[in-house]
Amino acid sequence: MSALIELASFNKKFADTSVLTDIDLRVSEGEVVVILGPSGCGKSTLLRCLNGLELGHSGTFTFDGQLLPANADWRRVRQQIGMVFQSYHLFPHMTVLQNVLLGPLQVQKRDAREARQQAEALLARVGLAERANAYPRELSGGQQQRIAIVRALCMNPKVMLFDEVTAALDPEMVKEVLEVILDLAQGGMTMLIVTHEVAFARAVADRILFMDRGRIAEQNDPETFFSAPQTARAQQFLERFSYVENMPKRKAS
Amino acid sequence: MASSGLELLWASAPQLLTGAGRTLGISALAILFSSIGGLLYGVLRSLGKRWLDVPLRIYLELFRAIPVLVWLYLFFFGLPIFFGVSLPAFWCAVLVLSLWGASEIGEVVRGALRSIPRGQREAGLAIGLGLGQLYGRVLLPQALKRLTPPVINVCTRLLKTSSLAVLIGVVDITKVGQQIIERTYESVLIYGFLFVFFFIVCYPLSAASRVLERRWNHA
Repeated sequence: MSALIELASFNKKFADTSVLTDIDLRVSEGEVVVILGPSGCGKSTLLRCLNGLELGHSGTFTFDGQLLPANADWRRVRQQIGMVFQSYHLFPHMTVLQNVLLGPLQVQKRDAREARQQAEALLARVGLAERANAYPRELSGGQQQRIAIVRALCMNPKVMLFDEVTAALDPEMVKEVLEVILDLAQGGMTMLIVTHEVAFARAVADRILFMDRGRIAEQNDPETFFSAPQTARAQQFLERFSYVENMPKRKAS
Repeated sequence: MASSGLELLWASAPQLLTGAGRTLGISALAILFSSIGGLLYGVLRSLGKRWLDVPLRIYLELFRAIPVLVWLYLFFFGLPIFFGVSLPAFWCAVLVLSLWGASEIGEVVRGALRSIPRGQREAGLAIGLGLGQLYGRVLLPQALKRLTPPVINVCTRLLKTSSLAVLIGVVDITKVGQQIIERTYESVLIYGFLFVFFFIVCYPLSAASRVLERRWNHA
């Protein structure tokens, strides 16, 4: 398989602080990579570097066989790399359909009827066909996030980036969003997913990337990573999750 | 008195209308240019580029710190001396009011753009929007609600401040009033008329701004 995304000795700094250090990463077409790690380890920054919202300081970023320098045509790249954010960021002054069609019509200049058909098909796929003319404020968080996914998908991207897309949702809405992502994985979409949902990571990932302090500390297939983490940091990280999941019942006084 | 007062106003109507036309003309042009300039200023400031911010801040602080009247004198008497350019008083007033108004509206636009969550900009960029599309389709439409009421207030201030143009010789409605008073000594009547004139022009604007503010705050 050819690498769709390739980072080599990639570094990123904010002021003098190193946020990403010597990142080497290859993601093949159709691969689902889940990025885990403690807060502030650089997971989100890594995703944001992949569509030019942040720029690296050194190292190389190759996308689909093309080397992308800092002054690359990011507008073109972004059309092929969909991104979904933690807080959805739907455009509040537009209806659902307008949100979804803004990119296809204004950026890609596609035929209105064809784009609309695709938008409606995608909305149906995430179970929101009836809400096409609603405004974001009329929708629940889970619905808004599914629309945000459709907005990215309607550009026909080669890769989808998910930045903690369930972190802002009420627990009962997490499922509906994760199911959409799972469905995309089944369909062969290449994805990089930053999440705190460990069980979901295990279910969806082809590979787990564990980051710590701006470095890739460990990467492995999910079974190996969760059953036998190689680094002490990863062990600690997983222990905290299993502690929450297996929390003992408080003794009645 | 009452009938002779009305008769005087009636007799002076052509003169008053010309003056009113000039006042409204200066104000309308200044509002138009201020809005265009203010929009440009606000967008440029929101880009966060240092080389743009420095000159724009200097411009802003100059128009904040120096009274409009002084600017009027500076342009009216200074331009011919320093640059050999002499503008008619009417256009000089339009220019100074526009520059002042643009700094005021510009700050309103900048504030409104800043109040939009950063995620909106990123979501727009992430689907490949260019800067023009990002502002035209995503950021400015959202800012419009927040900036309309305060911009209307700037407009009423422009209208009122336009009366300073008298001091560089524009025969606007205030000046016409003074001329009639010098001829007839009917100061109460004429100033009363000016009072009503400005109130009738400005009040609907400020009322509209209040209504919009209330309606949009609830939406």
